[in-house]
Amino acid sequence: MERSERINLLRSRLASLRAEELKIEAELCELEEAQTTTETESTTTCSNAMPHNESKLSSTEIRRYSRQLLIPEIGTKGQLCLRNSSALIVGTGGLGSPCAMYLAAMGIGTLGLVDHDIVDYSNLHRQIIHSEAAASGTPKVVSAHMGVSRLNPLCNVRLYNVLLDSTNAKDIMRNYDIVVDATDNAATRYLINDACVMLGIPLVSGSAVRLDGQLTVYNYNGGPCYRCMFPTPPPVDTMANCSETGVLGVVPGIIGCLQAMEVVKVLTHRKKNETPSMLLFSYRSQPHFQHIKLRPRKPTCAVCGDSPSVTELADYVAFCGSGPNDNAPDWRVLDDPAQRVSCREYSQVVGDLRKPHLLLDVREELQFDICSLPNSVNIPMDQFDQRRDELERILRDLNGAPIYTVCRRGNLSQLAVKYIREKLSYDQCYDIARGLIGWQQDVDPNFPAY
Amino acid sequence: MSEAEEITVNVEFSGGMERLMKDQASSIQAKLPEPATIRDLIIHVRDNVVEDKKELFSKNDTVCPGILVIINGSDWEVEDSEDTVLSNKDTVLFISTLHGG
Repeated sequence: MERSERINLLRSRLASLRAEELKIEAELCELEEAQTTTETESTTTCSNAMPHNESKLSSTEIRRYSRQLLIPEIGTKGQLCLRNSSALIVGTGGLGSPCAMYLAAMGIGTLGLVDHDIVDYSNLHRQIIHSEAAASGTPKVVSAHMGVSRLNPLCNVRLYNVLLDSTNAKDIMRNYDIVVDATDNAATRYLINDACVMLGIPLVSGSAVRLDGQLTVYNYNGGPCYRCMFPTPPPVDTMANCSETGVLGVVPGIIGCLQAMEVVKVLTHRKKNETPSMLLFSYRSQPHFQHIKLRPRKPTCAVCGDSPSVTELADYVAFCGSGPNDNAPDWRVLDDPAQRVSCREYSQVVGDLRKPHLLLDVREELQFDICSLPNSVNIPMDQFDQRRDELERILRDLNGAPIYTVCRRGNLSQLAVKYIREKLSYDQCYDIARGLIGWQQDVDPNFPAY
Repeated sequence: MSEAEEITVNVEFSGGMERLMKDQASSIQAKLPEPATIRDLIIHVRDNVVEDKKELFSKNDTVCPGILVIINGSDWEVEDSEDTVLSNKDTVLFISTLHGG
């Protein structure tokens, strides 16, 4: 028993040390940022000053990077290029995590990290720079700084705990030799691209959703920019993001690692002879990778063309019809508030009132399997037409008792109410507003939110 | 129509594009009367392969913004975009751009 007590003691000691470490890290980040701001104010002319000899590696550096120095493609010359260079990673999520870790480990001199978000528990399966201890609200840049400085304290890290937008993008980006787009939305991708073109900075762009990933170096060596490839933003309905459609943890990891490799290639001048290309990755395809040859820079491009029409950063959220914070829109299908009940109201129906009713969960089966409310029946919304007979039978058996429809966040459930009321002429039908997420927030904090 | 006047094109869908197709097919073979351009193929796919959200695949007889068309491994703008003439056994990939990370 003594041993198990000891194990418990050590576990709890470790947990508190980890929490303590985060606190120290957060304070350190704050103080260092304040110091950098004062320094740049007083010595604006030498903001790029390095504390080391520009043309020589120290003996510490030689020991640390020796295995890399042995590769002719890098060598001492390449390593010095990395050490004397700076890279800015926008987004410290699934792509930014491995990219930041590898760039720091490989010896990039200065690494800038931009993110306005905080670490969430649902990030951890893919955003591997962040620890579990950080998943209770630590800013992502602070947590990422901790990950990077653990790996390599020689790396000079600058943090930007802000949402990149057209007012700050150029000021942040202009200090860097290369920019990595590791973001998760189209509006920020256009913003970063346009700023890179205006500042003449190469852009290593990666993306990943579900089981697929894509990688391209834009605005480099006569190749296209993001706008040459995609002059018009896609329809809002087609913009899938990880929180809605899911992502296999390792997929952004693979792309993020490749982004780090492309940064090294560009900074060590080893990419000049390559023609512009896009790398496609898929979990499904055999082979997993496919290289496609891209068009060169387009002379008619609105931003990098010969007579550009976009010369200043604009409103990219308006341009794309959705922005960085619009991951889950709340629909308004039902105009009559009498057709909706709140989660608390429904909890009365199942609790004190014990009212006979049917709880119809209209999410797809895959999501229903993750978690569901007790006694709910699952008929996915997109199967309503083909299972109409079954629905009509259920309605007959209900004998006028109410139906409550539920889904993840109260969007689909409204469509279901509309369908049942209008197409099946059953008036005792209500949706549970804000769905299971609302249930978790307002009624049962132990209900698993996803 | 005799067989000599028809070409067969391998058509692939990826990046989530396959979810718009019947049976979520990631590849199909399309038979088109000769001569056929990419525009003809887009119309063929829209009318015969896309399940129901046709507006997410094609608009004005071309692909929607955000969809890349890759002909035998090259971006279609390396060739003649919609007007590129297809040959028998060509491979055309429709891929939707991803924004997540």
